[in-house]
Amino acid sequence: MSVPLLSLQGLTKAYPGVVANDTVSFDIGEGEVHALLGENGAGKSTLVKMIYGLVKPDSGKMLLRGQPYEPAEPRQARADGIAMVFQHFSLFDALNVAENIALGMENPPEMRDLAARIREVSETYGLPLDPFRTVGDLSAGERQRVEIIRCLLQDPKLLIMDEPTSVLTPQEVEILFKTLQKLQSEGTSILYISHKLEEIRTLCDHATILRLGKNVGECTPSETSARDMAEMMVGSSLQTPQRAAREFGEVAMDITGLSVPAPSAFGTALKNVHLKVRKGEILGIGGVAGNGQDELLGVLSGETLTDADAVKLHGKPIGRLGPTARRRLGVLAAPEERLGHAAAPDMSLTENAMLTGSVREGLEKNGFLDWGATKAFAERIITAFDVRTPGPGNAARSLSGGNLQKFVIGREVLQDPDVLVVNQPTWGVDAAAAAAIRQSLLDLAAKGAAVICISQDLDELMEISDSFAALNEGRLSAPREAAGLTVDEIGLMMGGAHGMEVAHV
Amino acid sequence: MDLSAINPVLLIASLMVAATPLLLAAIGELVVEKSGVLNLGVEGMMIVGAIAGFATAVESGSPLLGFVAAAFAGAALSVLFAILTQFAQANQVASGLSLTLFGLGLSALMGQSYVGIKPPRMGDIHIPVLSDLPVIGPILFGHDIILYFGIALTAAVWWMLKYSRMGLVLRAVGENHDAAHALGYKVLRIRLMAILFGGACAGLGGAYISLIRVPQWTEGMTAGIGWIALALVVFASWKPWRALLGAYLFGGVTVVQLNLQAAGVAIPVEYLAMSPYLITILVLVILSADKSSAPASLGRNFHASR
Repeated sequence: MSVPLLSLQGLTKAYPGVVANDTVSFDIGEGEVHALLGENGAGKSTLVKMIYGLVKPDSGKMLLRGQPYEPAEPRQARADGIAMVFQHFSLFDALNVAENIALGMENPPEMRDLAARIREVSETYGLPLDPFRTVGDLSAGERQRVEIIRCLLQDPKLLIMDEPTSVLTPQEVEILFKTLQKLQSEGTSILYISHKLEEIRTLCDHATILRLGKNVGECTPSETSARDMAEMMVGSSLQTPQRAAREFGEVAMDITGLSVPAPSAFGTALKNVHLKVRKGEILGIGGVAGNGQDELLGVLSGETLTDADAVKLHGKPIGRLGPTARRRLGVLAAPEERLGHAAAPDMSLTENAMLTGSVREGLEKNGFLDWGATKAFAERIITAFDVRTPGPGNAARSLSGGNLQKFVIGREVLQDPDVLVVNQPTWGVDAAAAAAIRQSLLDLAAKGAAVICISQDLDELMEISDSFAALNEGRLSAPREAAGLTVDEIGLMMGGAHGMEVAHV
Repeated sequence: MDLSAINPVLLIASLMVAATPLLLAAIGELVVEKSGVLNLGVEGMMIVGAIAGFATAVESGSPLLGFVAAAFAGAALSVLFAILTQFAQANQVASGLSLTLFGLGLSALMGQSYVGIKPPRMGDIHIPVLSDLPVIGPILFGHDIILYFGIALTAAVWWMLKYSRMGLVLRAVGENHDAAHALGYKVLRIRLMAILFGGACAGLGGAYISLIRVPQWTEGMTAGIGWIALALVVFASWKPWRALLGAYLFGGVTVVQLNLQAAGVAIPVEYLAMSPYLITILVLVILSADKSSAPASLGRNFHASR
């Protein structure tokens, strides 16, 4: 390799109490797809923020084509040909596509010309987009196209992608990969961050692995097994969830012909949903975000009330019962949004344990709260699920996403539910913690509970579920036995590629 | 009762005067809220602008200089709000409320020696021919320059928000400050500018009351116009032209009810006095029944943490 496009040399960045990056060095070659791997909190985000000029390194230097490169702000990074697609989309819901794209450009042309260019580029790369649609109305996949096109319009030399595929259907992933390969063939380098090791094996030329802020190794993904890479990330050998053979009991929860109007302007209406889950069974529900997942969870948990007969538990109607009444009957739920839905961000873990555990754990007597027992319950969750925190008195907000997720799931699992509904149980959680959470769901089912797992991670659903159904625009497909389903079949159940086409230039 | 004493031409001309303080304050606050900041101190900035403008006009003899001073005074008070909320991360609601209380007290102190004085008069413009037209002349072409400035400002803010890059960035910051920061926009700096603009506009509005509409200085003379301006921004769905409409409606009902009182209509004065507030809010609530589009980051403090 001649002069690399970007060379990182001994980058270090410390925050109070934690060294996010510790003398990290690696090179990204011209036209190379370079993967950056690591667990949650390994320092990947900080590293790419330094490259993009959002964070200044404490020491170390970067060379861009052999020249010193010290971006003071993202504007300068963009001027030097570095573009970034963010993990949490950096889009403005109330603005339209063209306005969103204009905001990410240095010297945007007139709106009319920009709209024409958006159409042209989006069609060239097989990512059709209407420049005048409001971003709040777009699906997750379409939003990502907005971000990608925003980058492509600036002719980047290096494209940074932070977990781009977590919200896409398999078909959309395939098209994204074709787009990336086309970019690579045009000489663009790509720095690709993902948890999904199989993706990295098909796409990337080279991988750098970070652990606790240090560069712990490099490999060529196509020649390394996913398991080896995962073990390099974790630093120890990895447990794969074990599923024991189980007998299914009678039907625990039963939804018949349920239709619910959309709760808000950006929500999805549920249309004629049928669902049955038996004791000991794990029902996996796939689908791209925004197709009714949150609404379905609301109906199951009792946040959204329906006709009494539409939702039945052991044959008894519970459609008119709210979340607390359902908890008393054994129907527990863990929603997707950790901060603000599953947990109250500014309350301590003990208080959060009280919020959902008061009924089933007997933490509340005659209107008085038993804080001693609650603290013990919180500590039990922390030990059982290996939540890394100084103690149950810490605010939920202070935990990293993965740790809080373990707490939120653990809190429900330990309450010994008859029916557990989880949405995105391992979203943003690293491989080892995800395996632990999945194992706990399998164990719960083995003890005879019915589990409904809503997720966008198909590998996860295939790993744990007994039957599989997909949500598409508020409709739930007929469930099928999970064993033996192919990725193509699942993609079709999820509604195909949503109008995407392969790049045709 | 004698309704024939009410002259419709004078009525319309004076409703425009009555509406201008409200319009100026509302347009300023609209820009502030579009940037994602909720400044409840409008009333305080108005009253400080009223006394600063009044005092400067009396001392210098120039009303125009008074308006300039009022804009500076309003902006200066808003700096206090900006420091508290943008840099010290204080709660915006509490800071805004205390700004109003502070402004009311400060203005009473500053105004002690100005009670009962008449300020120099601001001349109305006179355009040959046009201003002499019957009916249209006094309504459209016979006002002071600040009134026209208010309308021009509405047009400018509308154009800026809709068509200019500055407006786009401002809306983006108010919509999602984290994303704007990630794209490299200076959230705090943009918000500081918006807050200063809002303060200056509120100051102008206050001075319009003390120099033109009333014109004299009394304590607490803004009499809740600042609060109406805040409500107006919300009910106008953050749209400048709707704010203008609402301000004119409020001004119109105010003037009409004063005229009715003078004409001795047999409705208790209290009902007449509350009518501008009721009718303005009612109409704007109906208008804003469509998709209300509050800036998504409104009232949330921004901190560029990692």
